[in-house]
Amino acid sequence: MAALNDEQTMLRDMARDWSNEQSPVAAFRRMRDAAPAEGFDAAAWAEMAQMGWAGIIIPEAQGGSEFGWLSLGLVLEELGRNLAATPLAASAAAAGAIILGGSEAQKSEWLPKLASGELVATLAIDEGPHHRPDTVETRASDGRLSGVKAFVPEGDGAGLFVVAASDGLYLVAGDAPGVTPAQRRMVDSRSHADVTFADAQAEKLDDGGDGLLDKVLDRARAATAAEMLGMAVQAFETTNDYLKTRVQFGQPLSSFQALQHRMAIMFTEIELMRSSVEGALEAIDAGRSDIDQAASLAKATACDTLNLVSREMIQLHGGIGMTDEHDAGFYLKRARVLENQWGNASFHRERFARLNGY
Amino acid sequence: MASDPDQGFREEVRAWLAENFPAELANQPLSLSALEAPEPPAPAEAAWKKAMGDKGWGVPTWPAAYGGGGLTRDQSRIVSEEMARIGAWNPIGGMGVMMFGPTMLEYGSEAQKQEHIPPIARGEVRWCQGYSEPGAGSDLASLQTFAEDQGDHYLVNGQKTWTSGGQWADKCFALVRTDKTRKHEGISFLLIDMDSPGVEVKPIAMISGMSPFCETFFTEVKVPKTNRIGAEGEGWTIGKRLLQHERSSLSGGGAASRLFGGKPLAQLAREYRETDGEGRIADAELRQEIIRHDMLSRNFALTLRRAALEAKGNQGPSAATSIMKNVGAKLTQDRAEISLEIMGMRGLGWEGEGFAEAELETTRGWLWGKAVSIYGGSSEIQNNVIAKRILGMRDHQ
Repeated sequence: MAALNDEQTMLRDMARDWSNEQSPVAAFRRMRDAAPAEGFDAAAWAEMAQMGWAGIIIPEAQGGSEFGWLSLGLVLEELGRNLAATPLAASAAAAGAIILGGSEAQKSEWLPKLASGELVATLAIDEGPHHRPDTVETRASDGRLSGVKAFVPEGDGAGLFVVAASDGLYLVAGDAPGVTPAQRRMVDSRSHADVTFADAQAEKLDDGGDGLLDKVLDRARAATAAEMLGMAVQAFETTNDYLKTRVQFGQPLSSFQALQHRMAIMFTEIELMRSSVEGALEAIDAGRSDIDQAASLAKATACDTLNLVSREMIQLHGGIGMTDEHDAGFYLKRARVLENQWGNASFHRERFARLNGY
Repeated sequence: MASDPDQGFREEVRAWLAENFPAELANQPLSLSALEAPEPPAPAEAAWKKAMGDKGWGVPTWPAAYGGGGLTRDQSRIVSEEMARIGAWNPIGGMGVMMFGPTMLEYGSEAQKQEHIPPIARGEVRWCQGYSEPGAGSDLASLQTFAEDQGDHYLVNGQKTWTSGGQWADKCFALVRTDKTRKHEGISFLLIDMDSPGVEVKPIAMISGMSPFCETFFTEVKVPKTNRIGAEGEGWTIGKRLLQHERSSLSGGGAASRLFGGKPLAQLAREYRETDGEGRIADAELRQEIIRHDMLSRNFALTLRRAALEAKGNQGPSAATSIMKNVGAKLTQDRAEISLEIMGMRGLGWEGEGFAEAELETTRGWLWGKAVSIYGGSSEIQNNVIAKRILGMRDHQ
């Protein structure tokens, strides 16, 4: 845990309590079985918004608390522990785009609604199954935007899209004529939609300067990595608890050294993951010049570590972990989706090397 | 950020360094041979060591009453920063500073502290560690070196091994058995003069061609009881505490970080290997290894920083510190292996004119570095410690 100030400690503790009491994995399971059209738990989202979480990164002038990205990360980590089905990360990433690239008019029009949670927004960037922000076919001209975005997170319930076109980022209202989301059913039972924009009315985010898309994505990557950190921590703790209770050969599994060392190695990886994730969030809050490197480091590390922990969670649980009744499968499924979102480990290793000149 | 009171101290430090640090010593790199036979210091070096010793800043946070600097952590950090700024380095070091001194401050009697700590703070006495034995490595508590009670003194018989710097040491802090009937509770912590009759030291030739470790034999060695730290049977507790100091000093890479901290691997690769049209290292697999190494290295640095902040923020000792030794060892060894891969046959020279000095250092350093996952508690032992102490995974009952 980073050195937190008092308000961050309070926020983290509040998020932990709320997540454990109001949004345990059982709540995610109920959402999956009910399969609401928007793909998230609307009642839980309303509570989160009530607590101010939707406005954590939004300036006070626009109704947010301006606590920053590390604070958002603390909340996402606690929610990620229990796989809360919430559009918080997606909506915050979209808000981040407006903060970085929006005009004063755009900020006052959209940010208060995002801060209050009455509006959910999301990023619509990729156009295929892989993260390729450099090859965007979507075109905009004269305030109209056309293209098809694939696997848009929270695309089913979003009221506002931040859309990447060949010449920059645009805002498109979810209810604008020509916007058609088509639901995708994915292994993580969360909302991912292919969204078609046909001559839809669009407003450019003109104030972000060069590299706005990268800056926006780096914040989304760090936020995603924070959610992944929570998942890794909980998957690990659940596994550790199981090894202590499962008895074979007259001994708890936790007493076998072959398993102790696997757990020690995973613990080590998770500690390193925490450092890189918090490091990226702190870099964003500090406005450092190497946010790009820090974000790629965090996302690559998060992908590798959560991949390892989610595989080991299944293996170390044995057969019970293969059943739908157990939670292990939820972590495995969600892990792979988030690994792909905003660049997998290989994407970010490549980017990290290029940023370092080799 | 420096507040005003800090600023005053910083200026004091800056002025003192300007007066006392010989500029010719700036950024003097530590060569691998410095771990070998220590040469008598050049006059400038001797003067610098004396100045730092008198000031107590070689051990900045130790109490001034025992020759330390008596500084707070923040002040100590300022001293380090100001030294780094001008390329100055700490001439006071070794096992006395890293391990023995901190343990003595905690467990030594007043008389013992007065006797042993000031010479360490001035860098006048070399200490060596008498822990491992031929039959007691990872299972250290099975050690057999026996100290027989002779009233006012002990007679010590037995053999220690892997005694780092044993051939140059003045004194040895040793774990010995005072009770053969109890394993852990039968161990005591003794200080032995290396020039006592009956002490014999034999350097061990290592795969690196160097002999930094020794076998140390004790035959009827007389040790006064006033040289026992703590009570009889308390040696294991004290000895383990000392190991914690050892691990935390090793985890920073210790001397290894100054040895291998130099050139980034990507730069080394560009000097020895081809790049493609876009300036990337052409060997894709090598490039991936370098990326992974650099990322782990960044994460390690972030973890060191995080652990320091957490310790300062009164959140208790950070769990992150338990991973430092293994990650630090992996980084040291991976770096050496990747360097060899980059250099090919040029990284495997043993000696002679056919190789650059840096190439020979790489070879020797690679071999020497195999020790870091073995000494100070092997990586396997570290994993046991994490599993048991932090994860609460108990052995078969």
